[in-house]
Amino acid sequence: MSPRRTRLALDPVVVRKARALARRAGAPVVKLARTHTTVSVERAVLRLAGLQGADVEGIPWANRLVDAVRADCGLEHGVALPVWDALLRDGAPDLAVLAQKAAAGAVTFRVPEGRPAARAARAATAAARRGIARIDANRATRDRLLRRYGDPPKPWVYLIVATGDIEEDIPQAQAAAREGADIIAVIRSTGQSLLDYVPEGATREGFAGTYATQENFRLMRAALDDVSKQLRRYVRLTNYASGLCMPEIATLAGLERLDMMLNDSMYGILFRDINPIRTFVDQRFSRQVHARAGIVINTGEDNYLTTADAVEAAHTVTVSQLLNEYFAREAGLPDEQIGLGHAFEINPDLPDSFRLELAHALLARELFPDAPLKWMPPTKHMTGDIFRGYLLDGFFNLAGAMTGQSILLVGMMTEAVVTPWLSDRDLALQNVRYVFNAAGRLGEDFVPAPDGFIVRRAHQVLAEAVDLLERIVDDGLLDAIGDGTFGLMRRPADAGKGLDGVVRHAPGYLNPATDILEGRA
Amino acid sequence: MADHPTHRQIVRPYGDTTGDGMVQLSFTLPLPHDKRAEGAALQLAGKMGLDPALLVHAKAMGPDFTFFVVYGRVHHLVDVDKVQVLEREFPLLSAKEVNAAIRAGLKRRLVVVGACIGTDAHTVGIDAILNIKGFAGEKGLEYYSEITVRNLGAQVLVPDLVERARAERADAVLVSQVVTQRDAHLHNVREMSAAFREAYPAGTAPLLVVGGPRFDETMAGELGVDRIFGKGTTPGEVASYLVHALVTTDGHRRRAS
Repeated sequence: MSPRRTRLALDPVVVRKARALARRAGAPVVKLARTHTTVSVERAVLRLAGLQGADVEGIPWANRLVDAVRADCGLEHGVALPVWDALLRDGAPDLAVLAQKAAAGAVTFRVPEGRPAARAARAATAAARRGIARIDANRATRDRLLRRYGDPPKPWVYLIVATGDIEEDIPQAQAAAREGADIIAVIRSTGQSLLDYVPEGATREGFAGTYATQENFRLMRAALDDVSKQLRRYVRLTNYASGLCMPEIATLAGLERLDMMLNDSMYGILFRDINPIRTFVDQRFSRQVHARAGIVINTGEDNYLTTADAVEAAHTVTVSQLLNEYFAREAGLPDEQIGLGHAFEINPDLPDSFRLELAHALLARELFPDAPLKWMPPTKHMTGDIFRGYLLDGFFNLAGAMTGQSILLVGMMTEAVVTPWLSDRDLALQNVRYVFNAAGRLGEDFVPAPDGFIVRRAHQVLAEAVDLLERIVDDGLLDAIGDGTFGLMRRPADAGKGLDGVVRHAPGYLNPATDILEGRA
Repeated sequence: MADHPTHRQIVRPYGDTTGDGMVQLSFTLPLPHDKRAEGAALQLAGKMGLDPALLVHAKAMGPDFTFFVVYGRVHHLVDVDKVQVLEREFPLLSAKEVNAAIRAGLKRRLVVVGACIGTDAHTVGIDAILNIKGFAGEKGLEYYSEITVRNLGAQVLVPDLVERARAERADAVLVSQVVTQRDAHLHNVREMSAAFREAYPAGTAPLLVVGGPRFDETMAGELGVDRIFGKGTTPGEVASYLVHALVTTDGHRRRAS
């Protein structure tokens, strides 16, 4: 690797200290994640083993089966031993039939011991391994297509589709790809994050977005493969591994070759009031799956700035990035798959707002040199004045060019007005193209004055981040979250949605997926 | 001019000369860009009342669509006297005045419970009104020493909201709605007001206040709430309204209709 040019001259001692503090803050939470499971982690194991489908009420068999096991013998030992024990005893041809029988009360579950336990463990591991093999094959396919077409230069242009109807999403996504999008993100239906199940099948009814389902994933990936072939350019597909079903959605993403997933360590806690322990347990599993699948995660630091002030709270973004990086690396993600987020959300009426944006964006770039940083456009200060918004988006693009951002979410001048129209997207892409054509390599010339405003501001934010991390280490991360440290929201560890789905491991807990992902099986 | 009582005020759009009636608009037609498409755009502008209409920009967006910018003169007249808006029915108070009024009139702290209900996850609005940080340079209601704020955050279920309002003995419930797809904001607010009517004996429910960028402020009655606030509402306006609606000077809690 060539020696890296530094523009901020960050003190390596301070940077090392920041990372060490993030590790100390995060380690107790990782310990919790290693000793607990959740209903969604267990359902993910079943989905990895190929369980699909839902009952007449639309409740997936994965949910029915996990609920049945929980009712009969609890989840402390995991779902794998009781399920494959029952499968071997009952002779049901597959998990779906077993789930149907269990729903009808025709199967009871137990925690097997001795020889039956060993047999169940072997069968469960073999089933999970088939799912992992499919994820591995998808990764190989992606690598092959990227070699064939070549990977587009960064920043990758990221466009959003959000119709609520997969049949409408597909032509819109293909059109967006033809217009120049490198990445298509299908926004999820509002409210899916709080569903404790993953809906089934192709869906045409969503609010402000489309449900994340395995079939919708498959349909969209196939449609983008078609357009990739025409364009001879691999178009990446993004969705959300967040909310109560984070582990399952991560698994489905791996099984259907999605390329990037939004997956923040604390977003669900802060913005969806999901129980913190549930979130950290689910997150660790989902990140292990993402690591295996070659999926780039996108973290959600931009969200803090939509509730807190982007100048005052700049250091909370840095702290969250450091924590997200720690949790991601711990789960096995290499830096190239850690798409840390940040955003252009400073009040444009503030003097020097653009210089402050450059300082913050450059700080993220230099702190995380190998991470594909995700640069998010203004939303909070988009007022409905589309003309002013267009200018603001231009400055956002310019800051992205000057500071070498990797994933550029295209800002829409109609943010806060409508879901983007065809013309909004076209105009927004013209904005991106103009800026990158005119100034895409301005980063080469842009070196802030050594003791100037931008450098001093970046150092200040890093120092504040270190101070905050020290306090978090002293208080414990869960207490810090409970006290409203991030995004001004207070989320105690013993409250929040999904808490009843958290279970502490008993001795002998078995999760064949985790065992494979952690290299033990 | 606006204050002149006998003068009927008639206006037209203003480009650069009084009465020129100039407007601009942009739109997309599902036609490939050619002369016909440009003619079609002018036909539409003509039917919309632009006469003359000037096609100043046309650009293909992919093979099947064309984007247009049109300028033109409209001949329509606006009778300002016939414009109906909801005028602010309460005086604007400073934070200090709000606190003093609550202390004097209520003799206890005024309790506000706030939430985004239904599937709406956008807390920007409710946070702008409630969080200390506030909005437009005004501190949010949490800043007021005489107001107790319980911000329940996003995606709160209506039954939970009713329960919390009751548990907190809320004087007012503030609900924010941003997502408007398929009129979700209207459905959610109707559901919410019905739930409060059902849960409380008549006339005892907390004051129901709704806010969001796409609400029509005149629809409060239709949606079963006491007040609707639209785009750009500041915390100070909401606090002033709460005092107006809930606090009387003779020491009794008052309900606004």
